[in-house]
Amino acid sequence: MVRHEYASYMTADSTINSPPLLQVRDLRTSFNTAEGKITAVGGVSFDVRHGETLGLVGESGCGKSVSALSIMRLVPNPPRIIESGEILFEGIDLLKISDSEMQSIRGAGIGMIFQEPMSSLNPVLTIGRQITEPLGVHLGLTGAAAENRAAELLEMVGIADSRRRLSDYPHQMSGGQRQRVMIAIALSCEPKLLIADEATTALDVTIQAQILELMKNLTTQFGTALMIITHNLGIIARYADRLNVMYAGKIRESGTAEQVYLNPGHPYTVGLLNSVPRLDRPASDRLDPIEGEIPDPANLPTGCAFRPRCRWATPGCEESEPALEQLGGRQMVACFESASVSDSVEIAHQ
Amino acid sequence: MTILASTNEPKAANDYVGSDSTPLLSVRDLKVHFPLKRGFIVQREVARVRAVDGISFDIRPGETLGLVGESGSGKTTAAKAVIQLNKPGSGSVKFEGQELVGLSTAAMRPIRRKMGMVFQDPYGSLNPRLRAGDIVGEPLKVHGLAGSRDDYRRQVASLLSTVGLSPAMSERYPNEFSGGQRQRLGVARAIAAKPSLLILDEAVSALDVSIQAQILNLLQDLQEQYNLAYLFIAHDLSVVRHISHRVAVMYLGRIVETADSKDLYEQPIHPYTQALLSAVPTPNPIHERSRERIILRGDLPSPLAPPAGCGFSTRCPIATTACSATDPDLRTLAPNKQAACLLADGYGSA
Repeated sequence: MVRHEYASYMTADSTINSPPLLQVRDLRTSFNTAEGKITAVGGVSFDVRHGETLGLVGESGCGKSVSALSIMRLVPNPPRIIESGEILFEGIDLLKISDSEMQSIRGAGIGMIFQEPMSSLNPVLTIGRQITEPLGVHLGLTGAAAENRAAELLEMVGIADSRRRLSDYPHQMSGGQRQRVMIAIALSCEPKLLIADEATTALDVTIQAQILELMKNLTTQFGTALMIITHNLGIIARYADRLNVMYAGKIRESGTAEQVYLNPGHPYTVGLLNSVPRLDRPASDRLDPIEGEIPDPANLPTGCAFRPRCRWATPGCEESEPALEQLGGRQMVACFESASVSDSVEIAHQ
Repeated sequence: MTILASTNEPKAANDYVGSDSTPLLSVRDLKVHFPLKRGFIVQREVARVRAVDGISFDIRPGETLGLVGESGSGKTTAAKAVIQLNKPGSGSVKFEGQELVGLSTAAMRPIRRKMGMVFQDPYGSLNPRLRAGDIVGEPLKVHGLAGSRDDYRRQVASLLSTVGLSPAMSERYPNEFSGGQRQRLGVARAIAAKPSLLILDEAVSALDVSIQAQILNLLQDLQEQYNLAYLFIAHDLSVVRHISHRVAVMYLGRIVETADSKDLYEQPIHPYTQALLSAVPTPNPIHERSRERIILRGDLPSPLAPPAGCGFSTRCPIATTACSATDPDLRTLAPNKQAACLLADGYGSA
């Protein structure tokens, strides 16, 4: 079943010939907790191609952050257990290499930006010190050369008077500026992939727009692939080429932004799109939310995990879990009823 | 500038949006300044944070006023000043015709019964040591609204079912509820004493989109059922448009634009409102990729040292030299439409 899941995924991607930059295959990450084993990521497979922007979208607890942290091998172990799967980055399985080999991939191969611009910078080190550190470790740049490069990087992310700002501490900067510094650090060694985990969630909308445009422009300029993890459907619509919709630890739908937003095939995607008030449409009187709440990860429903909240659920959904399958030559959807879901949404559009 | 000065006469008190029917809440020229003090024994004021710097608005019975703005714009301070949790420096807050500014705590108590408040954090705003029933029933006890124990239990049970929770849950503690259920408890507590105004301070911001939609629908149902007026504070412009009849946009402690919701979203006048609206990404890839965004430069200025002239002039894409010389006041530019921008059509002649 697992084999089938990604075999069909590969068919959908067969139009692109070059091997993907990152291939995640059947990743499963669980945690040992007092309530027993909790599976945060329950078998996820996806690719990131060179230079593309991939969105990972879902609500809290769906496993999107744990997927990213698993790729970076940043989930503390214990309590983490990665039970199975492969994470191939340029053909190397990140789950099989040593800690020091992984260290050289973090920063130089894959950069990451986190949500809290307050806590992901070290408060007692200057900005300059924090930007030059990866330059020394990965590129062997030290002294004046490193400092010049750091000033260039700050300039690049739009911080004025960059040479003088190198001696500032994080508390002397605003939230937006700190996130700019994070981007400078993440891109300092020109990684091939940048993972932005809710990187703009804590920022105000006008600052959020600044940071997103900056991130998109720089990654386009460097040819860096970008993986945007967010719960904000609008951000993905604007910036992502393709997206994966996650729910309860699994990818439920995946395709291009146009396919998924304009013609969703999974009831959860339909529910998400109907739950948000939208500025691109006339004001509606009432929203059409998904009923109920996300399931307890320690006690997932049998069959399809979305079944208890699903309007299209049939008795068959309780018996087995649907695999990701191609929907009418378009995106991949993990739902037995995807054809009728897709049809009914088309009717709603007209 | 001289032309502007000649028209810069004090406005009649009824020259505010929404004054055509008797307002439930009427706020005039409200100011909340926080002194910044230095010194150990003898403290002297060295600066003043102008958190709210002269705002005026009305809310009619059964109506929702949305208050939007970025962090630090003074939305929450304004709301707290309305309910007298912050003592306003000057100005007037009239609720059902009664002046609240200057009332003693004891005199305020019966009035607070008619003003409920729902906070952002569904985890921090409920006492973890009280059972759900006692949290919801506390206002009934405080204001002496329950005749007997049986009456109290009946009222609590009916409040819980009004907000979509089972009365059987009244014995549980807050930690046994999900985020969405806790926010339902917060709403039940706020409506317990049968208020006529609810202040909702980022009440749905921390919730996942599917849960957020459920709470928004609940709020709309309650408004219809009990003719509740809402002061709805949020930074999410699409949510504010959905729930509000009128919207006021705040920047640096001032209201820079206020209008009926439809007008404000379709024809924003102030450049800040335009930039805010353009910064919101919508879940529609075709719409998103075809539109130009206004990207504001820089951050919100410190309210300790606001810029000279118009507070927005440092970030405004169309600011002229006049903007850094003259501080525009809020003027009525069309029926039910006010803006504070020197460059707005008809501003000089208003």
